[in-house]
Formats: sequence, C-alpha cells, structure tokens
Amino acid sequence: MQKMPQWADVVLIPLISLLLAALLSALVILAIGENPWSALKLMVDGSMGSTYAWGYTLYYATNFIFTGLAVAIAIHARLFNIGGEGQAMLGGLGVALIALYIPWPHWSIALLGGAVGAALFGAAWALIPAWLQAKRGSHIVITTIMFNFIAAALLNYLLIGALKPSGSMEPATGRFPEATHLPTFQDMFSTAETALFRGAPVNVSFFVALLACVAVWALIWRTRLGYEIRAFGQSESAAKYAGISPTRIIVVTMLISGGLAGMMAINNVMGEAERLVLNAVEGAGFIGIAVALMGRSHPFGVLLAALLFGFLYQGGAELALWTSIPRELIVVIQALVILFTGALDNMVRMPLEAMFLRLRPAPKPARKTEPAE
Amino acid sequence: MDFLTLLQVLDTTIRLATPLLLACLAGLFSERAGIFDIGLEGKMLASAFLTAAVAAVTGSVLIGTLAGIGAALMLSGIHGLASITFRGNQLISGVAINFLAAGITVVIAQSWFGQGGRTPQLSGNARFESIDLPFVSEIRDIPVLGPIYAELISGHTLLVYVGLLMVPLTWWVLFRTRFGLRLRAVGENPAAVDTAGISVVGLRFAAVAICGLLTGLAGAYLSTGLQAGFVKDMTAGRGYIALAALIFAKWRPWYALGACLLFGFLQAIALRPDVIEGTLGFEVGVQLLDALPYILTVVILAGFVGRAIPPRAGGEPYVKER
Repeated sequence: MQKMPQWADVVLIPLISLLLAALLSALVILAIGENPWSALKLMVDGSMGSTYAWGYTLYYATNFIFTGLAVAIAIHARLFNIGGEGQAMLGGLGVALIALYIPWPHWSIALLGGAVGAALFGAAWALIPAWLQAKRGSHIVITTIMFNFIAAALLNYLLIGALKPSGSMEPATGRFPEATHLPTFQDMFSTAETALFRGAPVNVSFFVALLACVAVWALIWRTRLGYEIRAFGQSESAAKYAGISPTRIIVVTMLISGGLAGMMAINNVMGEAERLVLNAVEGAGFIGIAVALMGRSHPFGVLLAALLFGFLYQGGAELALWTSIPRELIVVIQALVILFTGALDNMVRMPLEAMFLRLRPAPKPARKTEPAE
Repeated sequence: MDFLTLLQVLDTTIRLATPLLLACLAGLFSERAGIFDIGLEGKMLASAFLTAAVAAVTGSVLIGTLAGIGAALMLSGIHGLASITFRGNQLISGVAINFLAAGITVVIAQSWFGQGGRTPQLSGNARFESIDLPFVSEIRDIPVLGPIYAELISGHTLLVYVGLLMVPLTWWVLFRTRFGLRLRAVGENPAAVDTAGISVVGLRFAAVAICGLLTGLAGAYLSTGLQAGFVKDMTAGRGYIALAALIFAKWRPWYALGACLLFGFLQAIALRPDVIEGTLGFEVGVQLLDALPYILTVVILAGFVGRAIPPRAGGEPYVKER
C-alpha cells in the first residue's frame, strides 16, 4: 500500500521541487539587482515567442532528450551513469568518422549511418566502466567520471592531431560533405511565402529523439529485457534468484545508456555544427542527470523535462544577451533542480507523505519500499 | 635534464600538489565516515571565489580565507543536510553542489565586479606571501643541499606547509584518537557505533564539516597562492583528481600524500614539454599527461594493481532501527 497517491508522486513532487528551485533562482536574480519577473518574461519570449526561438529551444531539447534517456535507463537498473558527457563526446567522434570517411548518397541513409556510428562509439565508451562494475566491482560513478576526462583528453588529442585538416589552425575536423547535411525545420516546414524557423538549428534528429523516447518506453515496460532491468534495479538478489545475470544486465543497460548518450551527436555534430569541434557537448551530458531526475526516469517525463531545460537554455542565452545576468544562471537553476529532485527528494516527500496520511484515516499502511533514485 | 630544471619541476610539483592534497584529505575525512563526496570540486571553487572576492575588497588574505572556508562549509552543510538528515543520494548531492558552485560563483562575480566572472587581480597583503625558512641565505651556497633547501623546501606560501602538516595530523587524528576511531567505525559499521551510544549523525556531520574546512583551504590556496585572483572554473577538475588520488591512496593519509605528489608531478611536467622531450628523447602528448591520473585511477579501481576497497558503509544513509 502506498503512502500517497500515484499522481502526487509523479506530478506533485517534481512540481514542488521545480517551484522551490524557481523560487531560489528568483532570489538569486533579485540579489544581483535584476527583476525576476521581467527576466522570466524575457526568457519566455526569447525561447517561445517565435518559430526562430522555438527552433533553438527544440534543438537544445533534442540534446537533452538523448542524454536524459541515457541517464534514465541506467537509473532503472539502479546504475548512476555520470558519463553521459564523455559518451556523447565519443558519439561525436563516431559521427565525424562516418560522415567524413564514407561517401553517403543521401542524408537519410547518412542519418541512419551516423546514428549507428554515434551509438556504437557512445556504447563502447560505456562498456569498460560497465564491465569493471560488473566483474570487478569498481564503482561505476567514479569510473564514468574518470572516463569523461579521458574522453576530453582523447578528443583534444585527435582534434589538434589526426582529425584536423592540414593547414587549418582551428582544433576541429573539416566540414562534413554536403550529402550528410541534415534537413533543418526551416527546410522542412517553410513555404515559399513564409519562412519558418529561419536560421534555427533544430533539425530532423528531433524526430529521432521522439522515436527514441517511444523505443525506450517500449523497451522498459514491454520487453523481457526491460523487465529484467527493472527487476535488477529493484533488488539485485531477487533478480539473481530469478536467474537474471547481473553481469549481463549491467553491461547491456550501460551499452544502451552509452548508445543513447552518444546518439546526441546526430543532433549537435551532424545536424548543427556539421563538423566536430572541441567541447561540442557543452555540458549536455550533465544536464541529462537533471532531466532524468526531473522526469522521474520515465521517457515521457524525460521529454517534458528536456523541453523545460531547452526553454531554460535558450531563455538563459537571451537573458545573457539583453541583461547583465550571465548565462551561468542556468547552471545554478540546473544545480537546484538536481538538488531538490535528486538529493533533497525526501525533504519534499516526507511532509507530503505525512499530509496524505493525515488526509486518509485508513489503518496504518505498511512501509513502502524506496523507489529507485 | 640538469639539476636546476629538476628542482624547478619539483618545486612546481609541490605547488600544484597542495590543492590536490588538501582536497584529498578533505575527501578522506568525509569518505572514512561513510559520506561519499564528489562535491570536492564545487567546494574548492566556491572557496576560491569567496576568498579572492573578500581578499580583493578587504585587502586581507586572512579574512578572505576565513570567508572562503565559510563558503565551503555552507556547501558542506547542504551536502550533510541532503545525505545525512534527509538520507538522499550522496552522489547526486555532490553533482548538484559542483554545478551550484560552478554557476553561482560566476553569477556573483559578474554582479560584484563586472569583469566577466572574475575577481580583480590580487596583490600585496591580499595574497599569501611566500615564506623564507630560516638560514636560507646561509645554506644556499652549499652544493646540492643548499639549492634543494632554498629552491624546493623554502619559499612556499603558508598553505603549502599547512597542507604538508595536515598529512601527519590527519593520520594522528584518524588512527590515534578516540574521535578518529569512531569516525572510521561510522564509515564501516554505523549500527555498531550507534549501539555504543555515540551519535552517528553527529559524527558524520563533524566529518563533513572537516571536509568543508579543508576544501576551503584548498580553494583559498588556488585563488590566492597559486594564482592571483579567481577566474571562472579555475578548479579545472582538481576536485576530481583529488578524488582519484583518494582512491589511488586507498583512503590512507600518507599514501594520499604520495598520490597527490605523483599527480602534481604529472601536472608539473605537462607544463614543460621541452623537459620531457629532452629527458625521454621523444615527444609525449600533453593530453596523455592530462589523462594519466584518470587512467591510473581506473586501473587501480579495476583491482589489477592492488584492490581499492572503499569504507564499507560509504554512500549508504544510516537509518536507525525503531
């Protein structure tokens, strides 16, 4: 028996956490002498006021959907994958190699190839931490953090060395060939008389991200593997007793997780930059943590949370452009969301549970097991 | 590599190892008490900022350092609140603290100083002066030993010596005092400590507070000793390297010194590619040197070179039985 209704757990707690984070952010804005209300208006206008603004919001959201799903699926197996950043970097490398060295006839096939390459490279980067966790018991959080730094060093090395076209001073690969350029929303939705999404980077990979949401949902709740992942996350010993191999679940889950994080590269590398630059991921791997926590590890929740962070990201850029509020305010909001929805979850949950218990004069319910964090 | 170059590199090693060492010992206290802390980076950064900011305004590095320690203690308080009081996930709390510090330092720095998220350059009393140990001028002329004493041992700032002295102090506190015994016990088996009538919550908060104090010193050293002022993200992953050093040292103080000196040395020679090439005869990529601490830590974690076993109750919130 549950202490409180399902809707409170799924909707009310994230909402209260978000409000707390928003309130504290408003205080920060007040403290640096700006008006929070006009800041909010500016953010809404700058991220949703035009199709151009939407084009940026959805572009960022696409990144966060991939990294958020990556963290979310790992959480179902009670694994905390902090390595989304490094896995997305390697995904970028995979996309770059595939776009640069294979002649593609058409963007649709190139997108397919790029997605496979990105996923493979991202998954490969998650494989070693996964294997070490499964076989040697090395803590996956620490190894994935270390792998983020190793990935950064590796990309640094490649981009000033082997991958840099000769004669170029910039640490970046050459431009991808024309046939691999993905159609943007501008190409897809503009008519002859009205140009929509003009110049915005949102592209066809947004739909791939939506497909990924559906695929992850189906995987977790409609397949045998998904059942095994959830069973393992709920209780390792029970899963073992039921004949589920912990090694297999850890490795497979992390491969899927790393693959999803890597697939972010079809949006930012293939869709937007059309070449691989240094620091292409820009922290999106870490935002995935906030997105997955906020979205309660459910693909639909991840989609909503990714849109919210897309709004914050684009709105924050507008704020930095028009006011004296620096872009780093978004990092503060992101931290507060992680803090309240992840670490201080019980602070919100305990009083709510007490309130719902008081509202329901039923016989004392049994202790509910902790949900996966 | 001639003798003087070697001394220069080792001198840089000590300076670069100091923030790692202070942060590593901070993590040691926290993790020995069963509180994982990946927020070392954030606490260092917050302290580095507030130290530099207050030192720039007051002109006194000591007041600045106190303020920096205060900032780190505040973040420690949040970590304690989340992971001890509300029994939340310690790793997520650490991640949140790192982002909080990364964001808020730039936001406030921009608001206070308007220099693009940095503090003004510090000089004079707003920085830690280097200390000349006694008899430097007399001993300097003695061959070999003289330069070692004058260049390598003498002439560092106060916090370098504090950091080095913290190693025996940490060892003594953890392994020779009643508090240390209890602190280690609470990281291995909190239920046993509770049964003995000692407050698990109190001990863990004490450990987290010591962690805040030491990361505060580490941050203060970054912005007033190693550099002259705060710049955005100036910790540059040092908190994570300290974490790596902690694992490398298998949660033991003296080994922590060794690990931090090793990682400091890697950072020091990464600054001198000419020396590496001259010594080894071939070029070593700077990126490889950057990545080496992390690669070594993964190897250690994998248990191929002696297994690193963390404190047993690490990461687990303690729930008292009712």
